Amino acid sequence: MELINQHTKRIMEGCKERARLAGLSFTDESLEYIVTNRDLLELSPKVMIPTLYDYWVHDVEVLRERGKYELYPNNPYETVINTRPPISFYNDNNPDWLNVMIFYHVLGHIDFFQNNLYFRHTWDYDFTGQALSDKRVIAKLRAEKGRWVDYVIEFARSIDNLVDFHGELADLFTPPEADCSARLNYYFDVFLQAEKKIPVSEYIKEVNRYNDCKKAYGELGEKTFFAEAERRYPELEAHFARTAGTHPAPKKDLLRYLLDKSEFLAKDENIWMRSILEIVRKTSIFFQPQIRTKILNEGWASYWHEALFLQDDRIKGHEVDFARVHAGVTSMPRVGMNPYALGMRLFEHVGEQADKGRISFEFQRLKNASERNQFDNDTGAGKNFIFKVRENLSDYLFLKNYLDQDFIDKHKLFVAGKRLDKQRMVWQYYVKSRKAQDYQQMIQDTLYHPPVISVDEKRCFDGNLYLMHKFEGKQLVQEYIANTMVGIEYLWGAPVHLETSEAHMLPATATSANTDEAPEGEITWKRVIYSMNGKVLSRSEI
Amino acid sequence: MKNDLLTYLEKLKESGLDTDLEARLQKELVSSGKCHEPPNRDMPCDPALAVAGQSLYSSGDMLVLSQASKPYLYGTGLAKSLDELLERDRLREQDGFPRKIQVGKLIKPGRGRKGKIVVVPTTVEEKFFHDPTIRPPGEGGNSGGTGDEKEGEVIGEQPVREDDGQDGSGPGEGGGGNHEMESSAYDLGKTLSEKFQLPNLKDKGKKRSFTRYTYDLTDKNRGFGQVLDKKATLRKIVETNIALGNLPDVSEIDTSQFLISPHDKVYRVLSREKDYEPQAMLFFLRDYSGSMVGKVTDLVVSQHVMIYSWLLYQYGGQAETRFILHDTEAREVPDFYTYYNSRVAGGTQVSSAYKLVNEIVERENLTKDYNIYVFQGTDGDDWDESGSKALPELEKILTYASRVGVTIAEHGQGETTTVVRYLNSSGLLKKMPELLRMDVMQKDADETRLIEGIKKLIS
Repeated sequence: MELINQHTKRIMEGCKERARLAGLSFTDESLEYIVTNRDLLELSPKVMIPTLYDYWVHDVEVLRERGKYELYPNNPYETVINTRPPISFYNDNNPDWLNVMIFYHVLGHIDFFQNNLYFRHTWDYDFTGQALSDKRVIAKLRAEKGRWVDYVIEFARSIDNLVDFHGELADLFTPPEADCSARLNYYFDVFLQAEKKIPVSEYIKEVNRYNDCKKAYGELGEKTFFAEAERRYPELEAHFARTAGTHPAPKKDLLRYLLDKSEFLAKDENIWMRSILEIVRKTSIFFQPQIRTKILNEGWASYWHEALFLQDDRIKGHEVDFARVHAGVTSMPRVGMNPYALGMRLFEHVGEQADKGRISFEFQRLKNASERNQFDNDTGAGKNFIFKVRENLSDYLFLKNYLDQDFIDKHKLFVAGKRLDKQRMVWQYYVKSRKAQDYQQMIQDTLYHPPVISVDEKRCFDGNLYLMHKFEGKQLVQEYIANTMVGIEYLWGAPVHLETSEAHMLPATATSANTDEAPEGEITWKRVIYSMNGKVLSRSEI
Repeated sequence: MKNDLLTYLEKLKESGLDTDLEARLQKELVSSGKCHEPPNRDMPCDPALAVAGQSLYSSGDMLVLSQASKPYLYGTGLAKSLDELLERDRLREQDGFPRKIQVGKLIKPGRGRKGKIVVVPTTVEEKFFHDPTIRPPGEGGNSGGTGDEKEGEVIGEQPVREDDGQDGSGPGEGGGGNHEMESSAYDLGKTLSEKFQLPNLKDKGKKRSFTRYTYDLTDKNRGFGQVLDKKATLRKIVETNIALGNLPDVSEIDTSQFLISPHDKVYRVLSREKDYEPQAMLFFLRDYSGSMVGKVTDLVVSQHVMIYSWLLYQYGGQAETRFILHDTEAREVPDFYTYYNSRVAGGTQVSSAYKLVNEIVERENLTKDYNIYVFQGTDGDDWDESGSKALPELEKILTYASRVGVTIAEHGQGETTTVVRYLNSSGLLKKMPELLRMDVMQKDADETRLIEGIKKLIS
């Protein structure tokens, strides 16, 4: 890996100036490297982070089987990584005009990394530096503990998709004034709801009473409030004292739970494993926002590389070359999904809608098609609005909020279905639906969504760990359950149970077999418990 | 042909046939007449549909924007680390954790005789993932698209490749033949290569091998070389000295008077000798009748892939292979590709395949020059209930074959299958265990079981 030459760097600096003028904001420094095929081979398993810790699985090709990207939605071939300063990678034989386009694209990503709030937790440190020190920790441990280090990495990685990313973010955004006293928390969160089980109306009355007290007495408000409450519930103080210290812990992810509660990991001889779990967890949380903003991020970068390239005066004469490459990147595929194309068009659409003042209740209320077509308040707020979108949303919200029927119609989008023509043994692709609702559903189904699996402390008996998989109409990949649980059992040091749902396909009925759809049976769901005890998996139905 | 089968079925019925079996036969009959052609891979693929199944997450800037090509994994680089990785895997087992490395793509059957072995270690990072293949009916398999067509209009077609397995016309095995196999298969391949050879290999019609050489100290050279041949050298010295007159009296030899010329020293030199090897001819027989739908074909084909790839590995060009497919009629197919990919349909007559083997052997007079091996895979169904047609043919094969290995992948309906029954009752298995082996497995057998099977068949 070597830095780009001075000539190319000068082009990059020129791009930065123009991007800033257009409103993008990012740190001054950035590093650009030329990578060879060989570098790419080494970098791609490490998600392009050159300093990521070594792990043997990186030397093996991870199985490229069915649905690989649905399971491992991390594309290893990104050009830019979210570090301080940001680092980007290039081919060594790109012509200048192409570099200009890529630079703008990269700057779009950097702006996104540094302004989208889902990345908030990555803003205050340099991940490559962090990763380097982690890598050294692991290397040192490996020298001492040998291959057991790799087992612990493996087991920690096997649950690294269950990290509570949103919880981590929530802490960063809770304003200090939202904190209230432990007593108040107990009273409203536990006492009234769990112990007294008072109706909602009563509860709201209490909240109002608290607000009134606060307003009337200021500093002394809380005291006044509790004087009344204690009169009504004399037992309150005693209950509160009893629960002191056992305040319900905030929702934790499995990795954090193991770190805090596992007795096995707390043993002196195993304490080193904790640092590995911490590293794996930190790494996973670092990458989480990237997976959840793929369309947004690529759309934003594509939107800006187009806008800025066309305004750039330095590369006149390459419009046709640009058009060809740009179209290749951002054309809507006949069938299939392209995050660049979809995101870019949606940003354009949102900007245009906001410009006309259509992102408003006034417009949404309109039913008349021609009125809708002509609606234009000419607010000129479009540019501001897309910057807001880039700052505040993730893929899910972006699509949910703005992918509407107007957008579908404008770009002639449809949900493409696939069915089997048995006579000719071919798959037929056909237009299944042009409804925005169906399109939404189709695309939401493909978004990254790890299972929600949390520890159910109420069911953890005899030191066993009880995991609860929240049912969302999906089952877990069954062949992976056993080995994943072997890892959890190892880290927990005692038997582990997993409550989950399983699909049972009923055979297709005669009527559905005669339709032209591929035969699909009805699904019934069953709740089952998998138990891992001494590396032996057993399964029982509830 | 269908009518012939019908009359045959009627005949069977007359001679008494239980209803269960009849139903099965009827079912096979329905599928007869359907074509066995392997799925046509040459059908042009609409480029617009090439990205149809692609996920949102599969495109990255490096490839899309800079139009870089995906870094290519070199086989040699991988092979170096393979043993190291397998050693790691072995240690895992020792430490009490399941093995994790798979050795994939052992063989890539191509058209013609181009069998290619590529060994790539692969692994899975197992986590709790949602299974994308389980969806409520009517959902899923969908993708996005753009265009002007109305709802319901077909926009493109693609030949069926993988994941089909529809009744009556499923291919034997999908995919381009990237057959993932457990690392134990590789281990086995190695062990087999080191320890085992084809059983009962006799010296028949040795042909000169052009690929193998042995190196031996057979050639002699005077003056210089690798190893001094003392006896020959001494003889030369004596000869020379007699000629010189240094040896007047044979009864009293004074060796100190000898003159030793450098030219008298005889050396042995290392030389390359062409090797001769016995020839082997292997017949692969596969039942591709209608009842072979799904997993059973999978098993049989997988096992034959393993045997075939091991052969390629071990014997290079020396072992010749023939492929025979049969339903009620047998036919020989030219290459492993067709053998591997032909679809199942039709009824079952095991005897037809045996007969074809006998015909080929006789016609080409193979017994003279070749060691003959027959590997047969079936689900055990045969319309020939008693084996009255199959057994005589099989006995004929056994007169010349070095080994017949029968793999039976049962559907697991409880009862013993027809082929197992008549093979057992014939007593052939007991009479000549050296020549005839049978391996019966259930359809849920896994890779390890298959390997066990191979050991049984060829050990």
